[in-house]
Amino acid sequence: MQLIGDNLRCVRGGREVFADLNFRVASGEAMVVTGRNGAGKSSLLRVIAGLVHLTGGQLSLDGGIPEASVAEQAHYLGHQDALKPSLSVAENLQFWAEFLRIEGSIEIIPALQAVDLQPLADLPAAYLSAGQRRRLSIARLVAIKRPIWLLDEPTSALDVASQGRLAKLMRAHIAGGGMIIAATHGPIGLDNPRELQMGPQ
Amino acid sequence: MSAFVSLLKRDMRLAIRVGGGALMGAFFFLIVVVMMPFAVGPDLGLLSRLGPAILWIGALLASLLALDRLFATDHEDGSLDLLMMGDMPLELVVAAKAVAHWLTTGLPLVLITPLLALMLNVEPKALGPLMLTLVVGTPALTFIGLVGAALSVALRRGGLLLAVLVLPLTVPVLIFGVAAANTAIIGPTPFGPPFTILCGLSLMSLVIGPVAAAAALRHGLE
Repeated sequence: MQLIGDNLRCVRGGREVFADLNFRVASGEAMVVTGRNGAGKSSLLRVIAGLVHLTGGQLSLDGGIPEASVAEQAHYLGHQDALKPSLSVAENLQFWAEFLRIEGSIEIIPALQAVDLQPLADLPAAYLSAGQRRRLSIARLVAIKRPIWLLDEPTSALDVASQGRLAKLMRAHIAGGGMIIAATHGPIGLDNPRELQMGPQ
Repeated sequence: MSAFVSLLKRDMRLAIRVGGGALMGAFFFLIVVVMMPFAVGPDLGLLSRLGPAILWIGALLASLLALDRLFATDHEDGSLDLLMMGDMPLELVVAAKAVAHWLTTGLPLVLITPLLALMLNVEPKALGPLMLTLVVGTPALTFIGLVGAALSVALRRGGLLLAVLVLPLTVPVLIFGVAAANTAIIGPTPFGPPFTILCGLSLMSLVIGPVAAAAALRHGLE
């Protein structure tokens, strides 16, 4: 499976965010997107996730499920955690797992264990700290299998131990034939990722 | 289908929990209708003639009350992004949210109507037809309002804009809803024709509402 961006161009709010962007990521590979603030890293991830219109160029996925779009085969971890404060930790995860599932089973408990949130499963999400909210969003990626992970600053708000756990999850995803595209300002613990530099150096 | 049901369940659960505001619509309805006799005066004949109209206006305003937050909360916390990334078409996502909204806001309105009808001196024999018009008509209000909610999703103070956009579109529903209810009280025209038109309007909005709302949400993508 291979995700190919060909000559991508994106215009948001009348301003050109990026143009002539080319990349190629295959299964079992990670790509780190770097660049200054405002260089278009988040926009690129949102374009791939189908949340922002592509102004020009072509985004295609070789392999994968042919009748499903790229967005339906991707997990998007954005700046917002998509959690409802009045639902418990387990209910939040259970809902997203049920909603995002295409096929396969739902594994809530192992996913919560993977981010070390299982003791808090019955706590309303309103009482979670920023890092715990982040970890609960990451649990979504584990609970439901989707081959492409789009991570926007995945390590923000995470403590050192959680960053280590995230790195382990990412390496396991890559080893299982998954694909990761991460926008980041620093190292996130991936081995030899491809690099995509956006905007001026 | 399981995604539809789980979204429906989530939205209903959110509505009945803290800060969800499921019963706010019903309480608003109650207070509007209770205030009315004070404004109109103790003329029982007048009240019973105005009864269906008052109940319908109350139901209309109450069902719009919570509607502006329908997509706005999901937009603010990032849930809307993920809702768009499921394999369920956005039209069905929107429809599931609307059904959940009706079950937690519209249905309670219908259920407390008999109590309020007593206060407005509506004859018991008119109660059945009146409730029937509300059961059929309130989904139309929700599904028309859905479009306004989708259009004003990114606006911080979308509530007022929503009312301005949506209220004119609900005029036909209001006309035939009140007309059908009145036939049972004042007569002499039969209940059937206005009620059938109300059913038609309702069915039409069930189809057009989700499609238009999904298009509005997609257009707002940026």
